[in-house]
Formats: sequence, C-alpha cells, structure tokens
Amino acid sequence: MHRFRLTLLNTYTGLFLLYMLAPLAVMSGAAFNDNKLPSIVPWKGWTTRWFIEMIEDERMMIAFANTLWVAAAVALISVVIGTAAAILINSVSGRLRTALYGMMISTILIPGVVIGISTMILWTKMGNALGTEFFLFRAGLHLSVLGQVSYIAAMVMLLVLARLQSFDPGLEEAALDLGASHAQVMRRILLPHLYPAIGAGAAVAFFQSIENFNVTQFTRGGADTLTVYVFSKVRSGITPTINALAFLLICVTLVLAVIYEANRRRRVRIEAARLDEARRAEEEMAELIGRG
Amino acid sequence: MGDLARRYGPGLTTIILLLVAFWLIMLVIVPNLTLLEQSFRPYLPVVDVGGPKDTYSFSNYLKVFNGEIETSVLGITFHIPVHVKTFLLTIWYSMVVTVACFLLAYPLAYFMAKVVNPKTLPTLLLLLFVPLWVSEVLRAFAWWIILALKGPLNWILLGIGVIDKPVRWIVGYDGVVVGLVYTYVLFMLFPLYNAVSSLDTNQIEAAEDLGAPWWKIHWRIVMPHAKPGIASGSVMVFMLSAGSLLVPSILGSTTSQWFTQTIDQWFKDALDWNTASAYAFLLLVLCTVFVTVAMKLFKVRLSDIAK
Repeated sequence: MHRFRLTLLNTYTGLFLLYMLAPLAVMSGAAFNDNKLPSIVPWKGWTTRWFIEMIEDERMMIAFANTLWVAAAVALISVVIGTAAAILINSVSGRLRTALYGMMISTILIPGVVIGISTMILWTKMGNALGTEFFLFRAGLHLSVLGQVSYIAAMVMLLVLARLQSFDPGLEEAALDLGASHAQVMRRILLPHLYPAIGAGAAVAFFQSIENFNVTQFTRGGADTLTVYVFSKVRSGITPTINALAFLLICVTLVLAVIYEANRRRRVRIEAARLDEARRAEEEMAELIGRG
Repeated sequence: MGDLARRYGPGLTTIILLLVAFWLIMLVIVPNLTLLEQSFRPYLPVVDVGGPKDTYSFSNYLKVFNGEIETSVLGITFHIPVHVKTFLLTIWYSMVVTVACFLLAYPLAYFMAKVVNPKTLPTLLLLLFVPLWVSEVLRAFAWWIILALKGPLNWILLGIGVIDKPVRWIVGYDGVVVGLVYTYVLFMLFPLYNAVSSLDTNQIEAAEDLGAPWWKIHWRIVMPHAKPGIASGSVMVFMLSAGSLLVPSILGSTTSQWFTQTIDQWFKDALDWNTASAYAFLLLVLCTVFVTVAMKLFKVRLSDIAK
C-alpha cells in the first residue's frame, strides 16, 4: 500500500481510539474535581469527597443491588430458554425451522420501548382480569426481568446454536445404544459440549441486562436499577457522584481487560515456545539421521 | 419434532417445548397482540373500562395528526402536525447517524481487517471494547460534560483561539446526533470488520496489479463484498438510534424531540397507556419497514443481520 495512505490510516486509527476513549477519561477526571458541577474545567483541586458521597448514597446502593439481582435472574432464565430454543431449532428443519428461527431473531430487533410497554400492559391486564393484587401482575422489577428475557434469550440461542453446529449427533446415538437414559445423554454428553457457549451466553445476558434502560424504564414501577438511577440523577440535580461511579466501573472494565490481555499474551508465548521446541527437536532428529 | 423426541425422550422434549412456548407465546406474541388490541381502545376512567364507551376506534392513532405547527425546510414553509414532525425527524436523524457511523467505521474496519499487523489486532480490539462495556447512560453523560457551555471542548477551543466566545453545542438535534454516533458506532464497526476480513486479500492485490486506483478497489471490490456487514451494521445502528430513549433525553435540547420521548410522555406523564401503545406500534411498524427495505436493498436475509 502507498506509504502516504498507510500513514493516513494509522493516524486515523489513533484518532478514532482517542475519540472512543477520551470521553471516558474526561468523565473519570471530573470525579476528582472539587467542583459542584461535573466537569474537568475549571480545575478546583483534588478531592475524594464524591466517592465518599457516593458510598453514602443509599438509593444508589439499593439500585446497585437491584441491578445485580435482575441481571442474575435474566442470565439464568435466558440461558435455560435460549439453550432449549437452540436444541429445538437444531432438531427441526424446513419451513418450521425458518419460521421459528425468524420469530426468535426478530425479538432482538423489537425496540425496547415496545417490549417495555407491551409487557407492562399484558401483565397488568391479566391481573385486572383475574381481579388480583398479586405482585406478579403489578409493575416491578420482575416484569423488567420478563421483558429483558424476551430478547436476551435470542442472543443466548444464537451462541448455543453456533456451538451445536460442531456437535456430533452420533455421540448421542452411541450413548443411547449403550443403554444411557435420555436424561443421561443430555446431562453427560450434550450439555458438557455446550458449556462454553452457555457460559458465554450467561455473561452476555448478564451485561445486556445491566445495560438495559428502555424495558426497565416502562416496567419497573417505583424500583430503581443502576441505569435508571443514573439517568434520573443526570436529568435532575447532577453531582459528580455519578462520575465517581463511572470511574469505578471504568477501572473494573480496565482491570478485566488487562487480565484478559495478559492471559492471551501468555498463551501466545507458550504456543510460540512449544513451536520453537518442536522445531529444535526436529532439527536434532535430522542431524542424528544425517550422522547415522 | 419427531427427531427431538427420539433424541431426548418424551420428558425432556416436553420441557424444551414448554420453555420455548413460554418464551415465544407469553413473552413475545401475546404481549405484542395485547399492545395492538389496547391501542384501539379509548382512555377511560377505571369504572368505564369494559362498559359501553369502551369501543374500538382509530382515535389513538389519529392523535398523531393533532396540533399543527409551522415548519420550514429549505426555505419552504408549511404546516405539519407536531407528532408527525417528530416521527419524520426521528427517521431523518437516525439515518444521519447511520451514515455518519458508516463513514467513521469503514476506514477503521478496513484497517483492522487488511492492513494492521495481526499481532497488534487483539490489543486494538480490546481497547475498542472498553467503551462498549461502559453503559450507554454513562457514555451519553460523558458527552453531556464535554459539550456543556463551560465544558472542556469550549475551554480547549477558546484556549487555542479557534473561537472567541463559548459555543452552545447542544442546540436542536446536534447533541443527540453526536451522542448517538458515539454510542452506536461500534455496532457498525464490528459487523463491517467481520465482513471485510472474509475478503481474500489476493483480490485486492490483483486489482492493484491491474492498475485500479484505490477508491475503485473499495467501490468495486471491498464494499460489494462487505455488503452483508454494511446491511447488518446499518440495521443495528438505525434501530438502536430510532429506539433510543436515553441519549435523546440526556443530550436533547429544548427544540429536539425524539419519537420515543413522545411515547414516554404519553405513558408516564399523561398515563394514557392506550395512546402510548398506538405510538409504540407505529414505532414497531417503522422498524419492521426499515429492516424489510434494508434486506431487499442489500439482498441479505434476516439471519445474516442477526450475526
């Protein structure tokens, strides 16, 4: 490639990374500024008081706990439904498969606002029809969980389905022929093969749930999740406690990223060392044969 | 179906079918049908629900045409209902965001797929993933700080003398577009990168050897090959933008109104769930139409987009 264009592309990549990361740096910086408004200019001196205020903010801590509960519930239900859906899709074919698959995927594309309102209306209507005040039929985070599962299950389904492509159904048949029960086949043969995808699906579901705003906003009733709480804070009286929270979340992300990267590099190094050793052994072998 | 029962036995098959049925029927189909049914009902006091006044009509949908305001586009002044205007502007600015994301992401996707040293690629990907893990509300908040009248952007520009008095950045839809592009550009980048990296580099080299200029290589070889990626990136960015409630609420100005905000106001402020349903259904129709058009235009299938 032409040298000038290569430089241009390199510069562009650098600028893009700056564009992606600078706002996060600005946001983190404002967490330490002793200024009532969240900003890095004018700089009024270092302070950690926003962190202290954040820890003392009881509503935020409750919202945080709620977020974790909702995310865990969404991850659990989505994994169960998504895995079942992937197994079902994998064992049907033709028109039925296309229809089911299309319906499942289209849930990802439904706007969150629509999911939120429709979930809310359905369950309250059912509650009214039954004439009950049972909590299941009233606004609350359990409805947020159901709403979120409706599209997050599809993401899990896609991950598990991809993994199923590399599964050899012959293994199931062999196990059945050797007298295993259907439950044993599922637990000892199929599920172990799917575990990596199920794990990845659970992680994706967990983080998608934490991120979710639209569905939660319409179904939550009076309860807060972290995203909803931060949103209400940003819209009303803003104090840099949100920046303190953001700083901590970014730190957690960075630490996880560094661990992941270090792990990857180590694996690459081990792989390289192994190749090296193999080559040396081969050379020695060749030498021995040559001598002999 | 028979295959399923043979492989996993009647008990497990029943459980699998029940789980999928719960998902698709109770969480997807019935809620959406209820939404549709509710959208034709009038907003009544509780005692009148189910009474003689509770009849189906299009009146909730017709509310879109209430309240005309004067608007001018390209110097032509005309009257348009305020919610129709919001609807059209939401579509228009979502398209602007989609195109902006494509223009920003394409060079980088090409760089990552074909140019960069494969050893540094994982590090680059990891750095790009960091903002994706930080939640959307915080990313919008970050831009709220940056674009503030007394924020760092004005401070820097004043400092180097590009402007001589602070600029108000969050006017009209500007703040919303900036925020949406920042929030969703990665949803364009990754599908594009996947699509471009599946292109055989020999094709690019052959075109170069035969003397094709660089822009022609992109226009005739790389972009046609990346079509599924462009389609899925565009659909994702458009749907996320048009459906976003966070970014327009945080980075919106007094003169900007997003269609989701209108729905939110019907639902939360007016407590008129029926009209909110009608408007939500309009949004759903818009998104369905957009996906269908995109699939026809790029000749891709739904399963390609979902990847």
